[in-house]
Amino acid sequence: MSIEVLRPGMLSTVQDLGRTGYAALGVGRSGALDTDALRLGNALLGNAATAAGLEITLHGPTLRFNTRGAFALCGADFIARLDGQTVSGWSAMAAEAGSVLELGHARSGCRAWLALAGGIDSPTVLGSRSTDLNAGLGPLPQALRRGDVLTLGAQASTPRAPSTRWSLDPRPWFALTGHAPLRLLPGRDYAHLDQSSVTALCNVEFRVAAASNRVGVRLNGATLRLTHALECVSEGCVPGVVQLPPSGQPIVLLGEHPVSGGYPRIAQIAAVDLPRLAQASPGSALRFVLIDLDTATRALLARQRARADLESRIHSRLAAT
Amino acid sequence: MPQWEALGESAVLLRWGHTLDAPINAAVHAAAAALRRACLPGIEDIAPAYASLLLRFDLDAWSAGGTRDALGALHNAIEPLLVAQPDGNTMSPRELRVPVCYGGAHGPDLAIVARHAGLSEHALIARHCAPLYRVAMLGFAPGFPYLLGLDATLHMPRRAQPRVTVPAGSVAIGGAQTGIYPNALPGGWHLLGRTPWRLFDAAREPACLLQPGDGVRFVAVTADEFAAQERADP
Repeated sequence: MSIEVLRPGMLSTVQDLGRTGYAALGVGRSGALDTDALRLGNALLGNAATAAGLEITLHGPTLRFNTRGAFALCGADFIARLDGQTVSGWSAMAAEAGSVLELGHARSGCRAWLALAGGIDSPTVLGSRSTDLNAGLGPLPQALRRGDVLTLGAQASTPRAPSTRWSLDPRPWFALTGHAPLRLLPGRDYAHLDQSSVTALCNVEFRVAAASNRVGVRLNGATLRLTHALECVSEGCVPGVVQLPPSGQPIVLLGEHPVSGGYPRIAQIAAVDLPRLAQASPGSALRFVLIDLDTATRALLARQRARADLESRIHSRLAAT
Repeated sequence: MPQWEALGESAVLLRWGHTLDAPINAAVHAAAAALRRACLPGIEDIAPAYASLLLRFDLDAWSAGGTRDALGALHNAIEPLLVAQPDGNTMSPRELRVPVCYGGAHGPDLAIVARHAGLSEHALIARHCAPLYRVAMLGFAPGFPYLLGLDATLHMPRRAQPRVTVPAGSVAIGGAQTGIYPNALPGGWHLLGRTPWRLFDAAREPACLLQPGDGVRFVAVTADEFAAQERADP
């Protein structure tokens, strides 16, 4: 079972939940920038949560199913057609052998995740199938190219066959609506920001620069300054760290960030808002609001538990169909 | 004992200092070893750096029982392990002898670095080979070792223009640090030579020849020995 890449799209990569446990060797996690969206797509298909799918960016690929299959597209609202028929997101769809799935551009947002029944089944590299573009890691160590053939695993048979009769309500998972500010925790070096930068951080609108990618979102807006230069030695990073390089234009790290970095760290995006940040396309506007760690932790736990609960309800419902 | 700095909701940095410093780095590696031995559940990554250790943990696992205080629970589990730890300086690290072909096409910056240090090329090589370095951390790219212990006379600011591609195996100096490019990568360090060793290969077990905390000594080899070892390496 396989799919073939007829057109690769702007930047389509194989991603799963990421490469955990190798940070000490300088190997980052990579992985889907919104693991909830990928997991829910996998759940709709009866896949394991760890199944690999495709992360698509701004303009998606065109794919041919070489065998009968099923897929679910979760994340941003992309124009999508299966053999000319409109595809709706957040639901499982069946595809016949020879069917062509054409993913167009994002109507809003930036990224979506295409889960495929059986998952992309290439051998793992250091425990994951995720592509790490900078490190050149993964069974497919670069973005999709025309002619690539992706092998799919055995599809879950009943009682977990995907149902095409219902769909998820994406709204709790995918609030693109409006312009709610991204929640921000003060970082280690927040206290070293000068007064006008402290004011600017949560009052100025920042724009996502074109040079942003899976490594990080580069922001243009106010130029932020520290009261004095800081000598930082390189140390471990996580997604969401807001670094301040000497240019004064902050960079927010995303899932493909290097494992260590040496710039001052002024803030940290609350993890619960990282999926929203992954939808910020170049030119879009972002605002920030400060919260504390306890509030961020509660929000994250609530989201994780709601997602786990939804996954188990989907599994039960598939088992009952 | 280290300072604890939350890094978001599900990671913490344990910090012993803020400088490039061998005793501090030894304490980091001693703690990393103690944590790896303890195999605590719900710990996803233990990543030593120069003066700090990154722990990534499963928030759900460590905030069980209705408490949200995952950091408190981690602290209670980990501090006793660190107390029980012998002084980091007493650790005897593994010592690897890394062959390097200095100068020529393999080390295009050897002459520039020698001039900057006020040494002959021969004396520079001897001084670069003399210390027992310590793999302070791996970062920048998979398997890139940052080595502590560079002779102060060899410190040199990075190149004004980074190279678009530095060949795999290049042994280089950047600031107060020396390191080895495991793969062809962009880089701004000065290139002294190359090792025929393949430092990182995801398809090999272990993927990474050098581990954090290892001792490293450079051994100068000729271009012929380099070529022979490069061919011999699977």
